[in-house]
Amino acid sequence: MARKIRVLVAKAGLDGHDRGAKVVASAMRDAGFEVIYTGLHQTPEMIVQAAVQEDVDAVALSILSGAHMTLFPRVLALMREKGIGDVLLTGGGIIPREDMAALKQSGVGELFGPGTPTTAIIDYIRNTAREHRSARAGSAGVGSGRTGSAGAGPAQ
Amino acid sequence: MANAARTDTATERARRDAARTSTEREEGRSEPAAPPPLFETLSGIPVKALYTPEDVKPGLEERLGAPGSFPFTRGLHPEMYRTRIWTMRQFAGFGTAEHTNQRFHYLLAQGMTGLSTAFDMPTLMGYDPDHPMALGEVGREGVAISSLEDMEILFRGIPLDQVTTSMTINAPAVVLLAMYVAVAEKQGIPPEKLGGTVQADMLKEFIAQKEWICPPRPSVKICVDMIEWCAEHMPKWNSISISGYHIREAGATAVQELAFTIADGIGYVEECVKRGMDVDQFAPRLSFFWDVHNDFFEEIAKFRAGRRIWASLMRDRFGAKNPRSWMLRTHAQTAGVSLTAQQPLNNVARVAIQALAAVLGGTQSLHTNSMDETLSLPTEEAATVALRTQQVIAHETGVTNVVDPFAGSYFLESLTDRMEEEAMAYIRRIDEMGGIIQAVENGFPQKEIADSAYRFQMQVERGQRTIVGVNRFGGDEEVSIPVLKIDPEIERRQIERVRAVRARRDAARWERAILALRDACMSDRNLVPPVLEAVRAYATLGEIADVFREAYGVYREPAVF
Repeated sequence: MARKIRVLVAKAGLDGHDRGAKVVASAMRDAGFEVIYTGLHQTPEMIVQAAVQEDVDAVALSILSGAHMTLFPRVLALMREKGIGDVLLTGGGIIPREDMAALKQSGVGELFGPGTPTTAIIDYIRNTAREHRSARAGSAGVGSGRTGSAGAGPAQ
Repeated sequence: MANAARTDTATERARRDAARTSTEREEGRSEPAAPPPLFETLSGIPVKALYTPEDVKPGLEERLGAPGSFPFTRGLHPEMYRTRIWTMRQFAGFGTAEHTNQRFHYLLAQGMTGLSTAFDMPTLMGYDPDHPMALGEVGREGVAISSLEDMEILFRGIPLDQVTTSMTINAPAVVLLAMYVAVAEKQGIPPEKLGGTVQADMLKEFIAQKEWICPPRPSVKICVDMIEWCAEHMPKWNSISISGYHIREAGATAVQELAFTIADGIGYVEECVKRGMDVDQFAPRLSFFWDVHNDFFEEIAKFRAGRRIWASLMRDRFGAKNPRSWMLRTHAQTAGVSLTAQQPLNNVARVAIQALAAVLGGTQSLHTNSMDETLSLPTEEAATVALRTQQVIAHETGVTNVVDPFAGSYFLESLTDRMEEEAMAYIRRIDEMGGIIQAVENGFPQKEIADSAYRFQMQVERGQRTIVGVNRFGGDEEVSIPVLKIDPEIERRQIERVRAVRARRDAARWERAILALRDACMSDRNLVPPVLEAVRAYATLGEIADVFREAYGVYREPAVF
């Protein structure tokens, strides 16, 4: 039995807009993920430390304050420094398309803007986490306990 | 019948449209057909096809009153907009004080009648720009104000006795209020001549906006200090703007917005009364701030129900005798959260409809959002269209000619009553918990709001709620409107400026002022006078907030979702 997908949902910097982070966290939980929510006003150091301690499959960063071009690269650099550079860093918020492209170029995963259905985020993290676990384990069997990617079925 | 047939066809077409879009985007995944529309308001109040006199309970005339009289359901003034149009107050702020000062001059030249200041995140949270937590945030969500010097630049060339200024600032509100008073002093204008508002509503920060320095009780104490000081020294100043806006934006329904905001108002009045203030001494300067969302009739009903509830509470629960204490005066802003990044030009239509609801609801001032606000801070062009939208409503539509034109509508009166009942049920629950401060410490409104936000999102994803351009009628188009870019150089320049201020100021005066402030915090005195002296001595915002942190501790929210 594979363990559940573990995701760290994080709010970085001074931004207090937590509606989106909480909605996405709730939807992930209802889709069967184990969700760790950092709460507000976290520094990149605090976020990466939590990601290491919680041994997560993905870090999902929510930024609506305009500080994404500073905070995403800091979190990514620290993840690499702490030996979890292979863990998915994804996220969303008010991020202009050209900034999204630049961040993806630098190694950040998919970024989601306003209006994204939670199912799109969940499907993306599920698929990426599965590939990542397979790569880590060097075996296709590990981490493929959950099948079927359509929709976000509730946890049992 | 012909009408009905046409509607059916349009609906079918829309469904085909939605199905096709989702097939294209999700490559063959089968989507269930869109469920039938929900016949309910955004708050979930069921709505019938037809309303008749039976839907209006007896005693309507008493519940309405005349415009300008208790319980003010029909508006605060006998002639409303015939005598005076609402204040068009567009929220603006970005970059440094110079940038925002320029935008203020531009907006005033375009016919705006009141200023409204947006501050950046470090300012809102009480950090100087060189604090590690400020990294990447300086001047991005609003203007960076770190010391009195920035404030002097922000209002350069604007005589403060000839405009009214609203400042969206909460945890460090006392600092910005003091800076405004100090800038006016330099212009030779005494505080009693200043008109405007500081938001200074900390309860809604803990409930929804989440920008704080200290825990709830000392935060509310500082708000009450401002109410008390303004009651004595600033008769034209609104010492607080009790805000539903952020509560709604965080996901509350209209009913929850109404209930939690008025519960916050009760909380502040209770704290002022506990301090020994006479209710009629401060209540006339309490002001409110509503969100205006898409559900047209529900929003109008919310404004009307809010005035009626507040008037009764102030007269009957708190024994206020001055009719001005009974009046719920309000600012309104169209719902930022209702705007879409997809097809952003559609936002102009949403904003116009929401603004119309605020006007029909009888608002005293109004901000209309810019179409590009889901993408960035507004460009000058987008901000101008938003202002022009208000001017079209004010000067072209004729809606300003008649006071409360929906009064007597079976539907609207029934909805107003229903919103009042549902909000009062929440308020009673909060009273039973021991009041709003206790309820906030328990996380009650926070949880209610998060649940509503999630419920709404799931309704959207199931197709029960339509968002045009997002889950129906297209979506995913490339955005092709210009967006405002904030130069990263701004952060460096702001850091240089605050360091220069620290180096240049009179160190002895600064030290005396900081020590006096610390002493006032420890001895529970009113903090406005020592903060005023500290800003005159060019103490920075971050230094003053550090004194608060040291005296009262730092708030950390329990991380729950």
